[in-house]
Amino acid sequence: MSTPDLAVEQLVKQFADYRAVDELTFKVERGSFFSILGPSGCGKTTLLRMIAGFIVPDGGTIHIGARNMHGVAPNRRPVNMVFQQLALFPMMSVGDNVAFGLARRGVGSAERRKRALAMLERVGLGSAANKRVDELSGGQRQRVAIARSMVLEPTLLLLDEPLGALDLKLREHMKIELKQLQASFGTTFVYITHDQSEALVLSDHVGVMNRGRFEQLGTPQELYYQPATSFVAAFVGANNRIAGKFTARTGEIAEVTTPQGWVVRARVSGGCSIGAEAAAFVRPEVASLERAADRLPADHVNFGGTVQSLLFDGANSAVLLNEDRSGFEFRVALPQTGRFADLKVGEKIYFGFDPQRAICFAGTGTAAHV
Amino acid sequence: MSDDPMALSLWRRRLVLTWLLAPALLWLLLLIVMPHSDLAVLALRRRVAPHVYEPSLLQFKTFFTEPLYWHVFVRTAIMSALATALTLLIAFPAAWIITKVARGRAGSLLFVVCLIPFWVSETVRALGWLILLRETGVLPALLVKLGITDMPVEMLYHDATILVGLVYTSLLFMVVPLVNSLESLDNALIEAAYNLGAGGASILRHIVIPHAAPGITAGCIIVFMLTLGNYLTPTLLGGKNSQWFTELIYTQFIVRFNWEQGAAFGFLLLGLSTAMVAVGLRLSGQRFVDVMRRT
Repeated sequence: MSTPDLAVEQLVKQFADYRAVDELTFKVERGSFFSILGPSGCGKTTLLRMIAGFIVPDGGTIHIGARNMHGVAPNRRPVNMVFQQLALFPMMSVGDNVAFGLARRGVGSAERRKRALAMLERVGLGSAANKRVDELSGGQRQRVAIARSMVLEPTLLLLDEPLGALDLKLREHMKIELKQLQASFGTTFVYITHDQSEALVLSDHVGVMNRGRFEQLGTPQELYYQPATSFVAAFVGANNRIAGKFTARTGEIAEVTTPQGWVVRARVSGGCSIGAEAAAFVRPEVASLERAADRLPADHVNFGGTVQSLLFDGANSAVLLNEDRSGFEFRVALPQTGRFADLKVGEKIYFGFDPQRAICFAGTGTAAHV
Repeated sequence: MSDDPMALSLWRRRLVLTWLLAPALLWLLLLIVMPHSDLAVLALRRRVAPHVYEPSLLQFKTFFTEPLYWHVFVRTAIMSALATALTLLIAFPAAWIITKVARGRAGSLLFVVCLIPFWVSETVRALGWLILLRETGVLPALLVKLGITDMPVEMLYHDATILVGLVYTSLLFMVVPLVNSLESLDNALIEAAYNLGAGGASILRHIVIPHAAPGITAGCIIVFMLTLGNYLTPTLLGGKNSQWFTELIYTQFIVRFNWEQGAAFGFLLLGLSTAMVAVGLRLSGQRFVDVMRRT
């Protein structure tokens, strides 16, 4: 096995009244796209800035390649960073921005220009070398920021929510572009974001961070289908969170009863003691809808409800229901077939889900939500 | 006359604009244009008999043929440039600390500390230096006490003393534009440069100075003009040795009643400051309007 490009061990950063990064340990394999996903204030920016060298850790080690980064200044680390606001130099042309790092390494001016131009061509901006930074569009600036870092052939590229400043349409586009760029460069990317969709789409591995620790570290599929904690279940993807108490358990299926007396069944993750606080999570696409109760699969837990509102969003359309007995607000994805296109607000409907595909955890599962 | 309401309102707006501009225009006319036209007439005439004058370039000829005048003129220019450079060297780190090192309250406090000396009049501040530096003053006595000198030395009336006084007087006028321009420098740019392998010196040269250039230029222009036209500080701290050009003007007007010569000197000083500012702008590749707008 080759040395990982980034190995973080027992990393700690304590600020006056809270621990921003709490004994964090993880590895990032060479050439992979690693994302750190978490709500604002979870410590992800602190972690990134420690890797870049702008913040000195209080404990633990950071290895980049095989080198220990302890005491290595930011300008001597084999790491480059794409900043949140990009931080392109407005006093220089686009070409000079890209050549800046090469000049600092003492690369001659002709060679510098050649390499900067080649890199700009690679990101599709070959003709922009002589432009000023403020003449570029948001997406073009993004690419300049990546080119400026990549021209130095770093071991590791850090990206600090670089898509945050872009509008939605461009963000979707840049997501794809970023993934393609990473694949073509083969450089290890460490990407931090609070947007779960960015993390899922882009990454090979994602660490979900909360209060300075990783709640779960895994592939996007693992996070989505097998969340390890209620925080991950609530943070990654859409989910119906049903909070209550454990009231019964048969095998790996437990019963969660809400304060209003609604009983749902779901697969238990971790321990379960009867009477303890619990939260069940059901993804909107796991639940199915029917107009007649007897058409739902008999082995599912089935309920009646009333349509509260219709959320039309093309392929992501959903319906918000109120469960009959508890009034609980439940979200169900509408099938792509258009079978429920004629659904009306106030209509009586039946819904259910397979308890094996729902999951429940001990604890209330309240978490900082996006 | 049209009674079109649009035209009427346009006419009204112009009237309001004129009224708003009136104080500025009046100030320009009464304190800049009129005295200078008068001075121009004075400078370009020659008294042939009581109350009889004729146009002449005599005053300017005197200036170029009399080595003392010429010498003082060049000396004033060089000393002013030197004082400006020194002020910049001292003010830049100060502005850096105010904006980038001590942020928030500490930064504002430091800024106020820079401002406090300016609550006292320039005369009193110069007298402060007199108390510190004269032969029987605080600093020479301290040097004797520490055994560095055997006898109290006279620290006044040197060129260095004049420079110290001028730098002290000008400091705030350099710090303010520098603080303004450094404040707008995004810290992420410095971090990005650092991240791309730059060290302190190259960040200063490639990122900080280009960004602060308009502030630096504006500060230098203001300080240079103030220093060149300063009368009090060179006179008090330099004594007879100061040889400042404004003293020559004062002497011509007040001591010798030679208003014609004084007016000519005034115009020469105006020409000098204009020329130096133009050269400075050219060297730093800035435009006057941009510099004044961005400060």
